[in-house]
This record gives sequence, structure tokens and C-alpha cells, in this order.
Amino acid sequence: MTGDLERMLRDIGPVDATAAQERFVRRAIDDGLADVAYAPVDSPLGELVAAVTPRGLVRLAYEDGRGDAVLAELADRVSPRVIEAPARLDDVRRQLDEYFAGRRQAFDLGLDWTLTHGFTRRVLQSTARIPFGELGTYRLVATGAGNAAAVRAAGNALGANPMPIVVPCHRIVRTGGKLGGYTGGVQRKEFLLTLEGTLPR
Amino acid sequence: MSLPPFQTVLEEHREAVLRFLAASIGRQEADDVFQETFLAALRAYPRLQRGDNLRGWLLKIASRKAIDAHRARKRAPVPAEHVDPGAAPSNGNLPDEALWQAVRALPDRQRTAVVLRFTFDLAYREMGEVMDSSEEAARRNVFEGLKKLREEYR
Repeated sequence: MTGDLERMLRDIGPVDATAAQERFVRRAIDDGLADVAYAPVDSPLGELVAAVTPRGLVRLAYEDGRGDAVLAELADRVSPRVIEAPARLDDVRRQLDEYFAGRRQAFDLGLDWTLTHGFTRRVLQSTARIPFGELGTYRLVATGAGNAAAVRAAGNALGANPMPIVVPCHRIVRTGGKLGGYTGGVQRKEFLLTLEGTLPR
Repeated sequence: MSLPPFQTVLEEHREAVLRFLAASIGRQEADDVFQETFLAALRAYPRLQRGDNLRGWLLKIASRKAIDAHRARKRAPVPAEHVDPGAAPSNGNLPDEALWQAVRALPDRQRTAVVLRFTFDLAYREMGEVMDSSEEAARRNVFEGLKKLREEYR
């Protein structure tokens, strides 16, 4: 009898937590508890991971099998309240779709610069001012960040861009027209510059 | 010590929390208390000092919320037409609903202890942590709870 009772207590049958989770996520967002909301976004350059805070876009990353590391970094450096909430990324997704379809030249998104500091942030903010259809050089953005001599450091800053595509580090090429490197691989840089009609020949 | 993204915690432990709640308060109410549990957890999460026993931490929150739900139900009995279909066998019920009704009728600490021990196979030491009690007290609550179930559920 005892054995029977204990065995029965172990069996509560299957539960489906999916619906409960969806309701929870909606309430977490309504209550303003999702400090970081993220979702995957499809693009012609492969899957991206996009994340927003109440201040705006905080991270856009080429997934490349690094999704977990991207989320861990957000938990560590922004807030551990990281929640998957695709609806919160609708605006980001729509603007990226339009950009890749050739129907948008400038992004109209708030940006949250939390993941950048000091010189890196200044280089990236200088980069963000280069419009669609134009190119800049490493020297130009180093100068824009207040240190014209720090060309190599400017390259490192661009490599640490937490919001590629939207903060257009792909528009920075080397003096003399060589492409230079790119966070997501130089083929992606070529793709983006071809899309914008500025690929140096 | 850095905490994992809350989404990971949610996905890893949502099933355990829902199982615990289904056993403790029934499937009908488990969904609401699941919301309460995870909202409370998300609120407190950034202040959590250690991320090494997140399941235990979530079960502790869930067990308190389940006890709150029991007390609320006692204060405001559900109108007859909304009563849980109870022992009537239907898809929404647990495999042996009569047994679980008896479990839910146990005193708070015995009920929590019985569910943690058998539905989750928790060691008495970990049960003590979840229930803020000694290992000995956890053992006693399981013993008393089982005794009562054997008397009432035949």
C-alpha cells in the first residue's frame, strides 16, 4: 500500500508549460519587468539576434551559433532580466526588412549605448552619422572621436560595434579604398556596400 | 557570480514549477499561480546573490504562492457552478484526481513536503532549504502527510 501510494504520488501526468510561459511573458512586458527583450530576426545575411531596452536598440548580432553568448553578455552587462519577446522587436524587424528590401536608407530607432564606453562609444557615434550612400575612413571616425592619431584603436572600436548594420560600421573603409575588416566577415561588408551602391572597385 | 539570462531560467524550470503547482493546487489554478511565481521571481532576480540552485529558489517562491492560493480559496469559496469538476474523470485532471484532492486537503507544510518529496524526488536536506525548515522537520512533515493520506485515501 505504501509503495503504491508513493508511486501514485510520483505520477502527475504530463503538463504543458508553453501556454503558461506565453501568458507570463505578456504580463512581464506589461508590468515593465523585461529590462532586455530579444528575438531572432531573419535577414539575407543569416539570422540576427536583436535586443531592446526601454531606451532603444541595445544589441544586434550575427547569430553564427553565438546566440547564447550574446544573451549571457546582455545578462551580465545590461540586466539579467532578459526575456524573449518577439512583439517588442516588431519595429526593429520591420525597419531591417525594409532596409534589406532597398526601401529604407536610414533607421529610425532609439539607440541604447550601454554596451559601449569612452573612445569606443565616441567612434561608433561618429560612425552613426555617416549616411547611406557614403563611406568614411578609420581616420575620419578617429578624428570624430577626438583622437586623429588613434586609427588602429578606431578599428578595434568598430570591431566591438554592438549594433552592426544599424550603426553602419560597414561604411568605414581604409584610406585608399581597401575594404578593411568587418565584425561579421568581410563578405557581409561587401553585401551591405553593394546594397548601398558604394562598394569600392 | 553572474546570473544566466532569465529566459534560460524560465525555459529550464517552467515545467518543474508547473508540475509542482498542478500537484499542490490543481491544474485549474496552477496557471494563474505560475504567473504569480515567475513574476515574483523576475522582480527579485537581479538581487539574487547566487545562481547555483535556481530550481530550489523557484520552488520556494512557488510553494509560498501555492500556500497563498490555498488560503485565498478558503477565505472565498468558489461558487458551486465553478467548482473544479473534481473526481469526475476528464482530460483536464490528474491521473488519480481523488488522491490529489486528498493531497490538497493536507495542512500547508505537509502538502508541500509530500509534493516535493515524491513528485520531485528532492532530498530532505534540499526540502529543508526550499521550506525554510530543518531536514528533520521536512522528514516529519512527509511522514505525517503520508500517514494522513493512507487514512483518508483508500
